[in-house]
Amino acid sequence: MVDIVLLTFLVILGITIIRLGSLFASVMLTGIFSLVAAGLYVSMDAVDVAFTEAAVGGGIATLLFLSTIALTTSQEKSKEKVSMPALIVVLLTGTFLMFGISDIPKFGDSSAPAHQYLSDRYVYKSPNEIGVPNMVTSVLASYRGYDTMGEVTVIFTAGIAVLMLLGRGRRGRAGRNGSIANSDQSSSVSQREKGTV
Amino acid sequence: MEHHLVLRVVAKLLIPMILIFALYVQFHGDYGPGGGFQAGVIFASALILYSLIFGVENARSVISFNVLRIVSAFGLLLYIGVGIAALISGGNFLDYNVLASDPVSGQHIGILLIELGVGMTVAAVMMMTFFIFARP
Repeated sequence: MVDIVLLTFLVILGITIIRLGSLFASVMLTGIFSLVAAGLYVSMDAVDVAFTEAAVGGGIATLLFLSTIALTTSQEKSKEKVSMPALIVVLLTGTFLMFGISDIPKFGDSSAPAHQYLSDRYVYKSPNEIGVPNMVTSVLASYRGYDTMGEVTVIFTAGIAVLMLLGRGRRGRAGRNGSIANSDQSSSVSQREKGTV
Repeated sequence: MEHHLVLRVVAKLLIPMILIFALYVQFHGDYGPGGGFQAGVIFASALILYSLIFGVENARSVISFNVLRIVSAFGLLLYIGVGIAALISGGNFLDYNVLASDPVSGQHIGILLIELGVGMTVAAVMMMTFFIFARP
């Protein structure tokens, strides 16, 4: 019941975000979207995922969107024309995704492939092997250590990419200002030379 | 934001608590929900709150950009270093069993260290990204 209410909220929020013209309101609604999604994860007993969603989606992502708005503009450019090929591609992809959902095991299905032997292995052996009460941590950090290393690498690479794309622009502009100042100086020097001549 | 007295007072009260909570999430991740990712994001959000209220320039004087760059790389290096330390001690890459005499305490040490590395990288990258976006 709670799930249905939260999912309805998510759908309403998603449609509203698309339809709103004000980017500031859209950003605020994406934050609320993340919080509702976090509530949904809590009701599914995935507390760690909910925690991450609330902290990253509701906190940092909203802030980054806001600072992007501060750099650009807070109003969406009005675009009335609907591109037909794009609409067809989106509809086709959506249909295929809906078709693919039917193959996913139901939530809590004990005959799902993941619950055949893997979950049992973790649940019964990890208290003796790892000895960490939070089993999510033992799977994330020890059994799946490679995956987590890849995730950290992704975050690090993203940080470097942002630094290269946006960080250098500032330095370049400073350099250009410096060169302009230099040319001003040289021109004033040449003027002075002209004056003396 | 210099004239917003309420915001300034509330932020001054909240920032230490957010930082402590981030450390709690970091080092309590073995026992409850949480871990490096969440702790890093919460730690970064405390400093972003500081820079929103007191200005980006002040925040940059607290943690300089170069420190963030070094910390973000150091976190990932710490993670990989734990893996290599396990390799040198005679185990597989990222096999924490060999880090201590007892396999379970070796796992504890390994998980603590790699979560620390994750937290450092995430916090530093988040702050770095915000500082780049919020440049004056």
